[in-house]
Amino acid sequence: MLREGLTRVAEALATPLVPADYFDMFDPLRKGADLRGRIEEIHMETADAATIVIRAGADWAGHVPGQYVRIGVDIDGVRTWRPYSLTHGPRGDGRISVTVKAVPDGLVSNHLVRHTKPGTLVHLEQAAGDFVLPPEGGRFTFITAGSGITPVIGILRNLFPVTDDGVLRLERSDNFDIVVVHVAPSQPESIFIDNLRSLDEAGAIRLIARYDDQHGILDVNALGELVPDLAERTTYACGPGGLLDALESFHDTKEVPLQVEKFRATYVEPGEGGTVTFAKSGVTIDVDGATTLMEAAEEAGVLMPSGCRMGICFTCVLPLKEGVVRDLRNGEITSVTESDNVRVQTCINAAAGACTFDH
Amino acid sequence: MTVIQKQAESDNPVAHLTPEDIEAIGSELERIRQEILDSRGESDAAYIRKVIDVQRKLELGSRAVLLFSLFPPAWFVGTAGLSLAKILENMEIGHNVMHGQWDWMRDPKIHSRTWEWDNASPSEQWKHAHNEVHHTYTNVVGKDNDLGYGIMRVDEDQRWSPFFLFQPMWNFINACFFEYGIAAYDLQLGRNLQKKHRSNPEFRARAKQVLRKIGRQAKKDYLIHPLLSGPSALHTMSANFTANLVRNLWTHSVIMCGHFPEGVATFEKKSIEGETKDEWYIRQMLGSANIDGSKLMHLMTGNLSFQIEHHLYPDLPSNRYAEISVQVKALFDKYDLPYVTGSLPKQVYSAWHKIVRLSLPNDFMGMTNKTPAPVAMPKRTQTAEAVA
Repeated sequence: MLREGLTRVAEALATPLVPADYFDMFDPLRKGADLRGRIEEIHMETADAATIVIRAGADWAGHVPGQYVRIGVDIDGVRTWRPYSLTHGPRGDGRISVTVKAVPDGLVSNHLVRHTKPGTLVHLEQAAGDFVLPPEGGRFTFITAGSGITPVIGILRNLFPVTDDGVLRLERSDNFDIVVVHVAPSQPESIFIDNLRSLDEAGAIRLIARYDDQHGILDVNALGELVPDLAERTTYACGPGGLLDALESFHDTKEVPLQVEKFRATYVEPGEGGTVTFAKSGVTIDVDGATTLMEAAEEAGVLMPSGCRMGICFTCVLPLKEGVVRDLRNGEITSVTESDNVRVQTCINAAAGACTFDH
Repeated sequence: MTVIQKQAESDNPVAHLTPEDIEAIGSELERIRQEILDSRGESDAAYIRKVIDVQRKLELGSRAVLLFSLFPPAWFVGTAGLSLAKILENMEIGHNVMHGQWDWMRDPKIHSRTWEWDNASPSEQWKHAHNEVHHTYTNVVGKDNDLGYGIMRVDEDQRWSPFFLFQPMWNFINACFFEYGIAAYDLQLGRNLQKKHRSNPEFRARAKQVLRKIGRQAKKDYLIHPLLSGPSALHTMSANFTANLVRNLWTHSVIMCGHFPEGVATFEKKSIEGETKDEWYIRQMLGSANIDGSKLMHLMTGNLSFQIEHHLYPDLPSNRYAEISVQVKALFDKYDLPYVTGSLPKQVYSAWHKIVRLSLPNDFMGMTNKTPAPVAMPKRTQTAEAVA
């Protein structure tokens, strides 16, 4: 009752802002705040990959090993979101960690690995993803490529914690029989490989490491030779889209259960025009690359907010859920993936690929 | 000012421009814009976050001090701090965020769609009247209601009526209660209170929205905050009233300096038919006036002291207007165009002088003739005829 009253008074005093806007200045990680985290440690794992340890805000609801978290980082002043697998099971110190590999041209990954300092505040969403093992155990094959290793590492570290005295064998992990097929271009680039090797040496898992430069490119159809009892296991795969597609068709024909973790493409190559969907209006149109989104939508009968029609008043901005648009004034590309929270001006932008608007 | 098309060739500041010049000016302005877009980044984001942080701490601190406003020094310090905080909030933060100047940061908390400001007019209505109408139709007589806000005659081409005799008084009252003036203006109250519009449900909904906002604002400044001050209640109330008054007078003065001083051009409705982007740029260049001053002065005006630059680039971050102005000024010089600017007292005087002068009919007893000044856009068609 008193609490409610105090809240009402605080709200009345803070208007037109909300009390949280003021509290955020002093304690951005408090209970009730938008979910954020503070980067506390950054450990280099290899020359181009780092594990980032984050103190998540008080409302972090926890995660199951194998899940991922979407992280929003301000890069050059622009908030940019990417999903990363949580690389540790729930940690004793309550912090969370992700392992990021700096990929060529990767805006966020390079920023996190090379330019971020401990103390930086980042924005978080709650953990998500169903790339998790059943708690009762079973027989599994993990197939990972490149940084696709990260959710698997999260799962394995939870099952078989590595300490100074070696790998701990916990009772709850006895029912897990795990084979890991890890694929990478060459050995030194493979992150977490030491971790996997020590688990293999301790007999916790069976590791089959495949390096393109030594063993050649992995032939998915020859998986049965690497893992003879593949059909008696459930496969979990995480890696680039091409590998996952190949695995999906292979598992389909063999009728072996497969669980995949696919990170959405973060950048779509811009083209000319595309299919534009206005989700709430239920209208989908094909537009060329020279017609503004506003003109095209109005032509198709979509009721569009509009103002100056010359790019200055920002009345026409609509949330672009996914897609690529081009500013017809200077050719600037805006590429958006899910929940980037981006609104674009429809009066000066044209489609540069498939787009979906929340309108 | 007389609309630029009506002026004698010799008085017209753009008469010497060829259509090629106008095109070249447009391209140069686009180049400057791109330069800023390309270099926009982390330091700009840090700037606006810093201003917001300072403003909020200043407001919190001032309100805390005012809890003891019974003591004169506390009243004075708290009122001064709160006035500054309210000015910063309206000018450098609110006005500019609502323009979409910071939308590029993709921060939902500092975005034109989500921002609400410490002012009677709800942001949504203000954005329509300001961003959409005023910035598109800048200084077009009959289209841009900012020319006199519908209650004043600020241009020779606005028809005189005895009503305008009292406009110096309206203007002063409007200055004191500027935030309510803006709210009434954004509601188009004058038009909508006429019998035939009064029952329009859309107007009623918007009016309700304004009343709710005013209610919340008043409750904060005149009820809750005073009550929390206990024995200082009445003093806090007077402090908050004073802070609002100071903010209103200041913002009104700055806004008047944007378009009312002598030397600023106005335009005829028909002049913008088929207007190109380049011609739109020229209209913004001639239709606005700057204020000279220190860095602090620019901050406190929300960088509207760079009104010319703001009208050319309403969506570029305000902290960049100062550097933009160097290039824009050079462009004015190159093409021999009048860059209207002056100190705050000079521009405020000029705007007030015009309001007093135009309260009387044109040519009243030979006293109200303006000094000869600008302007008719060399239209493409005219040139085509000339060439033919």
